[in-house]
Amino acid sequence: MSALLFDRFSYRYPGQPEAALRDISLTVEPGEFVVCAGLSACGKSTLLRAASGLVPHFHGGEASGHVVVGGLDTREHGPGDLAAVAGTLLQDPETQVVMQTVGAELAFPLENRGLSRAAVARGVEEIALTLSIGDLLERPVQQLSGGELQRVALGAALAARPSLVLLDEPSSQLDPVAGDELIWTLRRLNEEWGTAVLLVEHRLERCLAHADRVVVLSDGEIVCDAPPGEMLSWAGEQLPALQTPAARLFERAGLRPPPSGVKEARATLQSHGLLEQSAVEGAQPAEAGAPRRSSRWQRRAAPRPAPALACSAVGYELDDGRTVLRNLDLSLAPGETLALIGRNGAGKSTLLRILAGLEPPTTGKVEAAGRVALLLQNPGDYLIHERVDDELPAAVLADFGLSELAASDPRDLSGGERQRLALAIVLGGAQPAAVLLDEPTRGMDRAAKGDLIARLRGLSQAGTAVLIATHDTELAAELTQRTVLLSGGRVVADAPTAEVLSGGWHFATETARILGGQGQACTPQEGGDLLRARMTVELAP
Amino acid sequence: MSSLAGDKVLLRARSSVCALYGFALVALALAFTHPLILAAVALATVVAARLAGCQRQLLIATRFALPLALMLAVINALLIRDGVTVLWRFGEVPLFGQLDLTGEALVYGLLLGLRVVVIIAASSLLIAIVDPDDVLRRMRRSAFRSALTAVLATRMIGILTLDARRFDQARRCRPDGGGSGRLGQLLLVRAVAAGALDRAVDVAATLELRGYATRVAPSRGDRVPYTRDDRAVLASGAGLAALLAIGIATGLALFEPYPRLTIVTGSAELLFAALIVLVAAAGPLIGAPRGRR
Repeated sequence: MSALLFDRFSYRYPGQPEAALRDISLTVEPGEFVVCAGLSACGKSTLLRAASGLVPHFHGGEASGHVVVGGLDTREHGPGDLAAVAGTLLQDPETQVVMQTVGAELAFPLENRGLSRAAVARGVEEIALTLSIGDLLERPVQQLSGGELQRVALGAALAARPSLVLLDEPSSQLDPVAGDELIWTLRRLNEEWGTAVLLVEHRLERCLAHADRVVVLSDGEIVCDAPPGEMLSWAGEQLPALQTPAARLFERAGLRPPPSGVKEARATLQSHGLLEQSAVEGAQPAEAGAPRRSSRWQRRAAPRPAPALACSAVGYELDDGRTVLRNLDLSLAPGETLALIGRNGAGKSTLLRILAGLEPPTTGKVEAAGRVALLLQNPGDYLIHERVDDELPAAVLADFGLSELAASDPRDLSGGERQRLALAIVLGGAQPAAVLLDEPTRGMDRAAKGDLIARLRGLSQAGTAVLIATHDTELAAELTQRTVLLSGGRVVADAPTAEVLSGGWHFATETARILGGQGQACTPQEGGDLLRARMTVELAP
Repeated sequence: MSSLAGDKVLLRARSSVCALYGFALVALALAFTHPLILAAVALATVVAARLAGCQRQLLIATRFALPLALMLAVINALLIRDGVTVLWRFGEVPLFGQLDLTGEALVYGLLLGLRVVVIIAASSLLIAIVDPDDVLRRMRRSAFRSALTAVLATRMIGILTLDARRFDQARRCRPDGGGSGRLGQLLLVRAVAAGALDRAVDVAATLELRGYATRVAPSRGDRVPYTRDDRAVLASGAGLAALLAIGIATGLALFEPYPRLTIVTGSAELLFAALIVLVAAAGPLIGAPRGRR
């Protein structure tokens, strides 16, 4: 019996003219790890909702065909019945927890299955250990960060040990370390318990190496269903936006076939003698690191322009006494682009709010050469009117390519359009001294990401300092000149981006991980050029 | 505002007995306007809050209640024309007619205000000592739809509060401040309200996905015996409920504000008030010593 079976399933949301899913036929066998990919609004989340029974039982609409989950046909069984065989994690972690404490949240699905108190307690303990959230069990859910909430919600989805797990971007709010841990955990559950996994993910480089198959959706239809390597070859020709950095690196270098992950890529390069010995033996961390203070002589010799934004000795403490930021110094020159990276809870968002004047620091001071614009994590929070043209004047909308959407309700815009509108709102038609962005690429496909990068480059060239707090190392490598690594509220590394992101393992781009930091290549273009140069040298007589 | 966890008797005891205890205090404040009884319930609430370690919650709730209480007192004193002890004649006031300030209306207004403060304070104690998750689990078996609504409401308060905070921060990030004063607040409320339905649907979907609607019979083989804490708080709660019933049945603590203030305060009322405080304090005091249950 298949863990999940779609048989010619089509679905249209109520009141919508177009079908969200068309003629979907798909089988996920027990123990399979399937990744679902596609551009934004292609139907991935709807596919997941259909597999969990929410479509059509919860959302209504018109459906045809069959979806069978663990032997239960969704025509006859609603999400409550399907919960016995399938655990589901949807996108927004804030609405994915329903109880007051973490322990109660993890116990909830087990209690709903009528398990004994001892079985519930054991189940809670086991899932807490599996996801390393044992220390959160007594915590009220409203005190958790986004990343912590996401892990707790995942725990609730997995607690009853379902035979199928349906996950919609489970790592979107997690830092690179926690994101990698999560994917490894899923793989372990998949291998040890035989749990079938259907995972929707934008950052394919994070999960492709673990997948048995990749299903690609486009306009509600399956356009590719193949093992990762074959899917990447297909994407190279049909849908380049789905190529991983490793695949783009190989394409740039003229190598085939595209690798599904770092391990495969390194093995290929090694077999061709394209990895230097130091990179084969293990990446040597580049000397990036500790925030350096230039000597008095250097400061005199190379006077820097007045900063667009600077803070000195900034500290921040919460009401309960916990310290979020400690004695932090940071300065951005006009036009400089800087990435702020670090684990969940390192203090990145707090620093951004302090720099933008939303929160006063407990100690220290912030100075800016002009207005500081801040784009918070959720662009939808900026959209408070009922029409796009109520949010901004027509001229500004035109500048941002939003004129055609002037009469639309902001809530109906796609993720990329919302973010463009929110950015236009915070910039306010004028050029600020600095623009700060908190996790701007969360849930964004590569096409929208490219648009954002181009826009931010334009701002930087016009003299605005750009600071992004992000877990997306690929974005940092492509956009920024300098990267600051925060840990425990302190700056632990402050150096050129290539230096920081090519020397690590977790806080590194896929290209840097493949090349082991050689030539400080971080982007597929840089890495591809490096490999091509090496091949040319080796081929020369 | 949410429930607390900790090593105090009122926080260790099961939620059903804590709910009985808290509701009994609220009901006493609702049932009596006699100043002595209200004062006794207020004292009992303060003592219980101190024994539960939730004085801060009580203080916040009282601060919130005070303006409301003051408003009630002023409105009652100005608009109620009953009472024979005239303290001040305002004369003919348009729309209101002849306006007199009477001693009875003033005292009754103050007592109404005091009652509001005590009810809100006792309710905050109730919220602090009762674990809503446990209540919802128990309600689910007997009142599924009510429990579903309660889960949604409980969770939505937190989610919409966070939404409002985020919307407010985003508003302050706009170069024009997103509308100042009342207009800004109005836009904020509208934005939160517009998203509330979507958020509620998402939470309801999560409840479905966690199997809340399956109505599987709970396991019956593992009933947890009552602990010493449970029995102590149950005894206190039952005692307070019994005092409430006795007080109502016997017509104790007679209080008539109009036409002339009549407050009967004899030994029975004094004993009744003292018993409220003693019974409320007894359970939390005689529960298990720290670390033992």
